[in-house]
Amino acid sequence: MGEHHHGPAKGITRWLFTTNHKDIGTMYLWFSFAMFILGGSFAMIIRAELFQPGLQLVEPEFFNQMTTLHGLIMVFGAIMPSFVGLANWMIPMMIGAPDMALPRMNNWSFWILPPAFLLLASTLFMEGGAPQAGWTFYAPLSTTYAAPSVTFFVFCIHILGLSSIMGSINIIATVMNMRAPGMTYMKMPLFVWTWLITAFLLVAVMPVLAGAVTMMLMDVHFGTSFFSAAGGGDPVLFQHVFWFFGHPEVYIIILPAFGVVSQVIPAFSRKPLFGYDSMVYATASIAILSFVVWAHHMYTVGMPVAGELFFMYATMLIAVPTGVKVFNWISTMWRGSLTFETPMLFALGFLVLFTIGGFTGLMLAIAPADFQYHDTYFVVAHFHYVMVAGAVFSMTAGVYFWLPKWCGRMYNETMGKTHFWISFVGFNLTFFPQHFVGLAGMPRRIPDYALQFADFNMMSSIGAFIYGSSQILFLYNVIATIVAGKPISDEKVWEGAEGLEWTLPTPPPYHTFETPPKIDPEHAHS
Amino acid sequence: MFRISKNPTVDTVVKLVTVAVAMFAFVFVVLVPLYNVLCTALGINGRGAGEAYTSVQARVDTDRTVTVQFIATNNDGMPWEFNASQTAVKVHPGATNNTVFFARNPTHKAMVAQAIPSFSPPRAAEYFHKTECFCFHQQPLDGDTSAELPLQFIVDLDLPDDIRTITLSYTLFDVTDMAKGSVANR
Repeated sequence: MGEHHHGPAKGITRWLFTTNHKDIGTMYLWFSFAMFILGGSFAMIIRAELFQPGLQLVEPEFFNQMTTLHGLIMVFGAIMPSFVGLANWMIPMMIGAPDMALPRMNNWSFWILPPAFLLLASTLFMEGGAPQAGWTFYAPLSTTYAAPSVTFFVFCIHILGLSSIMGSINIIATVMNMRAPGMTYMKMPLFVWTWLITAFLLVAVMPVLAGAVTMMLMDVHFGTSFFSAAGGGDPVLFQHVFWFFGHPEVYIIILPAFGVVSQVIPAFSRKPLFGYDSMVYATASIAILSFVVWAHHMYTVGMPVAGELFFMYATMLIAVPTGVKVFNWISTMWRGSLTFETPMLFALGFLVLFTIGGFTGLMLAIAPADFQYHDTYFVVAHFHYVMVAGAVFSMTAGVYFWLPKWCGRMYNETMGKTHFWISFVGFNLTFFPQHFVGLAGMPRRIPDYALQFADFNMMSSIGAFIYGSSQILFLYNVIATIVAGKPISDEKVWEGAEGLEWTLPTPPPYHTFETPPKIDPEHAHS
Repeated sequence: MFRISKNPTVDTVVKLVTVAVAMFAFVFVVLVPLYNVLCTALGINGRGAGEAYTSVQARVDTDRTVTVQFIATNNDGMPWEFNASQTAVKVHPGATNNTVFFARNPTHKAMVAQAIPSFSPPRAAEYFHKTECFCFHQQPLDGDTSAELPLQFIVDLDLPDDIRTITLSYTLFDVTDMAKGSVANR
């Protein structure tokens, strides 16, 4: 017991060998931000090429590599690890645990990520270039027509799948076994709940993705014909397997974002979360439904009408629990004493823009209408409203919300608000016009377009440059806070914040809750 | 609840690792075979027309005429000449019909091809019975030789009334490299 009160080790070995959930959380967050910048710079290349019609900056082959790497890096390198980082930092502090259940595995699940993405990025310099089949890497584009680097891509997916599975097992083991006495399941903060459900989704579907890329690998190198019609296989099988993983995957991304928003909105409304129980059940319903809707991504492959109808109705059913959530967030604010600090602004930005993304999702869910929307910029606009304005805005809200707690220093509020408004304007300028060009028939993943789309595309590109550069402001604000922010020592950084993490000193010591806290039954979840 | 270990963390980890491994296996032992079984059972993707059909002597519906169109396409990079001798025939449901496709290997080396069928409209597949088809087997051809590829088929009497034209498209794949391995079973 006497060993417990040591601080962090010194030098680089602190980070290499650390088993501390706060250190690992920090590394996840920085790594995901680095990937966000890398994936974002690929997006800037895409938008620069699409600034005007015609081919001016890059070759079409390279453009395809950019769309592919942008998607892969943003999904697997930026958004997913960022929420794992948040989970590492916050879950033990929220449930009154001293650390994660499996600290050494925690270290490993982080440290296999950087090599995996180094491998993926290195394919850019290989003969034939990086993978070019899109982030969905449909066969036969990713098998018969793939660059030789596809083998490295497969290995990268295997590694990051392993990392995700280990991270999820760790989170489930922590939440199920390490809650402080009195912290029952229905007293856990909603962020913990959403992550618990997300972790179960990850354990269930990351192996399916591993299976899909393994079949690709076997088709490319070992003469099997899972996806090759010539040998009795079927390329459509790839799409089924991929989306059996891929649809739960999009909820893996958005559920922790729901969790963050469910912490932030009550804090700045100075009211408890409205409908806590229904939020938990809605999250679980979304997770369960996510397993039976995958084929709505592939209405155009020639499914029987019965299949189209089943997937259409099942997909629309998801709007019900999602609507419950949006209703609850709004009701939380109803008659609250609202203030609009940066985290709240990003949470509200999330609420408005995610709902728009949800509505376009409903439009896409209508099978007969989807034949028009399929593979157009309308789809691109839809999923950026839910992935960027949904997941990334929520993540940004979470960083501004907890950063003062983590480092004991306050960020610059004016700069934070400026960051929000530039992001909000830049984001909408980028993606709102894409709805229009999509409905008018502009296909996605093509480096050139018809002349009538020129004006909207130029607007999109200008918006993208604005949104992209606003992230530099964010980076500056975070570094300035850590290095020279105004020191604060209040345990509750925010007046309205509730939960165990706000009972700890600010900044929290290296080891927290070595003796479990007493849970006040009145104030368990915020 | 069933416990594997007294240590709750070990217990959770063992169970979850089992789930992850089971889901990986699920892809290969459930998803892939299930897809093939469902496609064959429901006649999706032309799979209903998979095996040779043993004709049952039935009446011929001479009151009804269905147009069957034939399309022959080479897959990307396939150098053979491949075409249908007739682009369209008018047939009566229940009658046995014969047609011939023509293939020539213009290269100077022996090659093996496999034809893969596809139907439009897709639901016509389960009403189109092949009693004999070159697509049931791989087709080897020496360099500079040609062959006539026979197809014998019966359009089912139960073909839905709204289908008046069936398009049967064959895509010819070069399977010389994989010919040593297992053969497609369709």
